[in-house]
Amino acid sequence: MIEGGVWKLGRDIDTDLIIAGRYCNISDPAELAKYVLEDLDPNFVKTFKPGDVIVADNNFGCGSSREVAPLTLKAAGVAAVVAPTFARIFYRNCINIGLPIFEILDVAKDFEKGQRISIDPGTGKVTNITTGVTFQAAPFPAFMQKIMDAGGLVAYAGEQLGGT
Amino acid sequence: MAMTMTEKILAAHAGLSEVHPGQIINAKVDLVLANELSAIVAIEEFSKIKGAKNVFDPHKIVIIPDHFTPNKDIQSAKVAKKVREFALEHNTLYYEVGRMGIEHVLLPEQGLVRPGQLVIGGDSHTCTYGALGMVATGVGSTDIAVAWALGEVWLKVPPTIRIEFKGKKKPWVSGKDMILYMIGRLGVDGAIYSAIEFCGEGIAELSIAERLTMANMVIEAGAKNGVFAVDAKTEAYVKAATNQPYTVYTSDPDAEYAQTIVYDMDDIEPQVAFPHLPSNTKPISQVGDVTINQVVIGSCTNGRIEDLRIAAGLLKGKKIHPRVRCIIIPGTQKVYLDAMKEGLLETFIQAECVVSTPTCGPCVGGHMGILADGERCVSTTNRNFVGRMGHVTSEIYLASPAVAAATALRGKLADPGQL
Ligand code: SF4
Repeated sequence: MIEGGVWKLGRDIDTDLIIAGRYCNISDPAELAKYVLEDLDPNFVKTFKPGDVIVADNNFGCGSSREVAPLTLKAAGVAAVVAPTFARIFYRNCINIGLPIFEILDVAKDFEKGQRISIDPGTGKVTNITTGVTFQAAPFPAFMQKIMDAGGLVAYAGEQLGGT
Repeated sequence: MAMTMTEKILAAHAGLSEVHPGQIINAKVDLVLANELSAIVAIEEFSKIKGAKNVFDPHKIVIIPDHFTPNKDIQSAKVAKKVREFALEHNTLYYEVGRMGIEHVLLPEQGLVRPGQLVIGGDSHTCTYGALGMVATGVGSTDIAVAWALGEVWLKVPPTIRIEFKGKKKPWVSGKDMILYMIGRLGVDGAIYSAIEFCGEGIAELSIAERLTMANMVIEAGAKNGVFAVDAKTEAYVKAATNQPYTVYTSDPDAEYAQTIVYDMDDIEPQVAFPHLPSNTKPISQVGDVTINQVVIGSCTNGRIEDLRIAAGLLKGKKIHPRVRCIIIPGTQKVYLDAMKEGLLETFIQAECVVSTPTCGPCVGGHMGILADGERCVSTTNRNFVGRMGHVTSEIYLASPAVAAATALRGKLADPGQL
């Protein structure tokens, strides 16, 4: 069960905003986490609490393929991202690295910053604890669920190669 | 079952007789591209895959350090060093500084991407190669690591949106203006998860360079890939680049499209995308008075010789505006050399532009032209997100090489037809 404070972001949050290109020659996620969402809100990193959840509007993670974007969010302690739609490369990167994401149509308008949210990753049930309203996330296709169950794509590929 | 080009190419690489949108497939890849930024993360992931010692096929893996090279600082040099060592150890295709160019200009030029292929790259603009009648799409570093090991990638078959450009180009309109126009109408997520198939008279008349520019920016509408039918121009381009074989796929006449959209070329004039989204477009006649500090002509979108020819044509015998810095970046060493032989470099230098070695440089906010607070740049690149090219309060206006060159002369957004 995921439970935390809500961070509300708008639509089309691009990967340059999540982690700016000027930091992309850094590969240590903990170091990158110091600059997460810096160009959107320089105070984000100071006030965000590990375990909090981002609720955003359409097309979260658009732009570059940089996998450091979800890696940075994960390293900063973002427990999950909930949005109506995700940009496709960001979406697959999250599946592959194990950052929990949940697609829920029309979710953005029902959440405000500072509310509390709970998510059951098993069932995809999302609750706005503050208002009591519940939502159902779209289920993952079976193949993606298999990757996540294996612990990410790297572990899944290891199984394919018969590695132990 | 009738299928689109994208569906046929995906089916062939998944070993299936047919596929349908929404289906998840495991497909064999013909080429796996990485730049130094995606490779550095992929190398780490590759080392974690149990049982993976060697890459699946070193001839199908290409690594190109182009983003922060020639290295801009110690940190970038360390990244490039690790990536170089991996490439050498596994004997992959690798283009060192001096041979490298911006990846999406280099691969078509080198004949490494060809009709009918399935190519993935650790870079969102991998979609560029769809211009040559293939399926090419960007993925993340973990996908790259796994494709290095297995030679396969999991993909969801996208629905296809068919976009027809009816009629012929007006003067000074280029492929860049057509794709900006399209993104302005579709929005940055208008084609999310989808393939875009381009067709119509407006597309047939385009050069391969312009088709590469258009395919390059389909990701800016959220698309997975963009695809163009193979015609005589495609075949001539590919045959000049390589003698390797290729396969031509065509969409069935009764294939199913998620949507068909028709744009009339008569409605399209040169376009400018205002800050801070590529969809924030205006026709050049309506841009108003926007003074500019810097102009960048280059990148995987518009760093080809055809682009430099257009810019040089406008700049020849003139000086750029005294308050403007104009940075020209040929996409590859070959483009650089051709520009030299054709006298374009001299034109640029006489016009008081600066000419850089091939690099992504300012496009990714790395180096070679970073913007200070409040500065404005007209750029032939593909993204004008907040802070993309420097300070968070700087502004990027996306345009064609012609509009960029006209703007460099005038010091403010300018219509090349009105010089
Ligand atoms: S030129 Fe810009 S968009 Fe193209 S690959 Fe380089 S950084 Fe990416």
